[in-house]
Amino acid sequence: MTKREAQPLRTGLHFMNGNEACAEGAIAAGCRFVAGYPITPSTEVVEHLARRFPRIGGMFIQMEDEIASSICFQGAVWAGHKAMTVTSGPGLSLMMEHIGFAAMTETPSVFINVQRAGPSTGLPTAAAQGDIMQVRWGSHGDYAIIALCPSSPQECFDLTIEAFNLAERYRCPTFLMMDETVGHMMGKVRIPDAADLTVEPRRNTTRAPGDYQPYATYDGSDVPEMTRAGDGHAIHVTGLTHNEKGYPDMSFAVHDALVRRLQRKVHTHTSELFRLEADGLDDADVVVVAFGITAGIAAYAVTQARALGRRVGLLRLITLWPFDEARIRTLTANARAVIVAEMNLGQVCLQVSRAVQGRIPVHHIGNPGGPVIEPEEILAAIEGAAT
Amino acid sequence: MTPIELRCCGQGGQGVIMTGMVVGKAAAIYEDRHATLVQSFGPEARGSTCSAQVMISDAPVPFPYVRHADILVAFSQSAYDKFVAELKPGATLIYESDLLSLDNRLPQGVVARGIGATRIATEVLGRRIVTNMVMLGFLVKQTGIVSKEAAIEALRTLVPPGTSAFNIKAFETGYQQPPE
Repeated sequence: MTKREAQPLRTGLHFMNGNEACAEGAIAAGCRFVAGYPITPSTEVVEHLARRFPRIGGMFIQMEDEIASSICFQGAVWAGHKAMTVTSGPGLSLMMEHIGFAAMTETPSVFINVQRAGPSTGLPTAAAQGDIMQVRWGSHGDYAIIALCPSSPQECFDLTIEAFNLAERYRCPTFLMMDETVGHMMGKVRIPDAADLTVEPRRNTTRAPGDYQPYATYDGSDVPEMTRAGDGHAIHVTGLTHNEKGYPDMSFAVHDALVRRLQRKVHTHTSELFRLEADGLDDADVVVVAFGITAGIAAYAVTQARALGRRVGLLRLITLWPFDEARIRTLTANARAVIVAEMNLGQVCLQVSRAVQGRIPVHHIGNPGGPVIEPEEILAAIEGAAT
Repeated sequence: MTPIELRCCGQGGQGVIMTGMVVGKAAAIYEDRHATLVQSFGPEARGSTCSAQVMISDAPVPFPYVRHADILVAFSQSAYDKFVAELKPGATLIYESDLLSLDNRLPQGVVARGIGATRIATEVLGRRIVTNMVMLGFLVKQTGIVSKEAAIEALRTLVPPGTSAFNIKAFETGYQQPPE
């Protein structure tokens, strides 16, 4: 018999890796169900939860594949639980159908993606940051998602909780975009008391069964209230275009209103969702944009460049989607050049280019995954852009 | 604030990563500093040359990679061969003196301290598996990278339950060993 722990949270200081911190973050957010198909380099997340869950009333199921995993956990969400799945690139590719399903059915869903070098099975044990566009655009049709990107084990913990909170608030697919390096890097992680954590509960309706339609928006927020299957409200969940009752409705007007709302409910909040850290931008001629493990490397390069007298600033992106182009435009308004450093061949770089609208050059430093970018590569780009 | 840069390197199976983990945890948790550890991942962690990179600082460490090692712990010849050039002037090399020999690639001004950790673990303690704990005790005594108390607290939480007394004994043995 597994011994039950009275306190699910491991409050205190820990020296743990990003994957374990992510698992602890999920527990802290109230997640008690995970379906997954373990895959390098994300395996420690589900390994950790498979050990932890039986002691705290949670359940991990190893499914037959990622397609099943990505729909199984959505069933748990509709049964009233907070739930997620965990994967890496090849698994994420298989999940695309159900990411669209989560978007269309407005299932509060969290996808943990520990990125490795692709395409296809690629380099299983090597880091990459190449899934940025895939999570935004990978499933067909128009929809909106939220994606957060941690740079340290502490942020893996913090942003996993944040991902659950945002998934509940906006009822859309929400991604934690880790990478192999951040997932396996160990560092100091502080887990606070439960009382000091912000955990958003599900927005369950308080309306009486006859007075509730699952896809009607009652509070003007564009996000419908939820109910739990079995609690007495009539619900119908389908990936087909549906009316406010949740029933299939093939009229173009219903489709147009629904899909526009799916985007609007997130994108009208872009400015508050788009989190970043800006350092030394006030007098910067050159702005380096980076995220995840690359942000730490860029910080090292920027410190060296400043020591050489270069006026250079760093923008570390914490939110990748929705992407606030206006904010990037404002923050780079006084710069003469932007450098985007990322472990792909130009994904966030495209977004930044759109943001600056050709006003200043945008240089890309990157690779298709494998070794992390060396600070010297970024430093050389700064030198090139500053002269 | 410049971090202390430590690399532990050797062959997968020698307990190289665990050595780094104890130091990192001792600094981060039991001395309330900041530490990161990045380790070899994939096939190389299962038998070939592998390493753990540990950064220790009073401030958070955004850049977790060793560029100019303050301390290199080398458990094997191939690990020494691969990483010796990383040592900066005035740095310390802690090495397995039965398994590797120093040569003229050792940068000027590096203090080298050797210990036959594998032999001590096998012949004195009777279990080769604690080679890394012997090395760890020696590392802590010779460099003071973390306090002895913090290292012992950290290793107690990291070794399998029921083995901490034996591991601490191995640590003590290495700690008391004079350098060769």
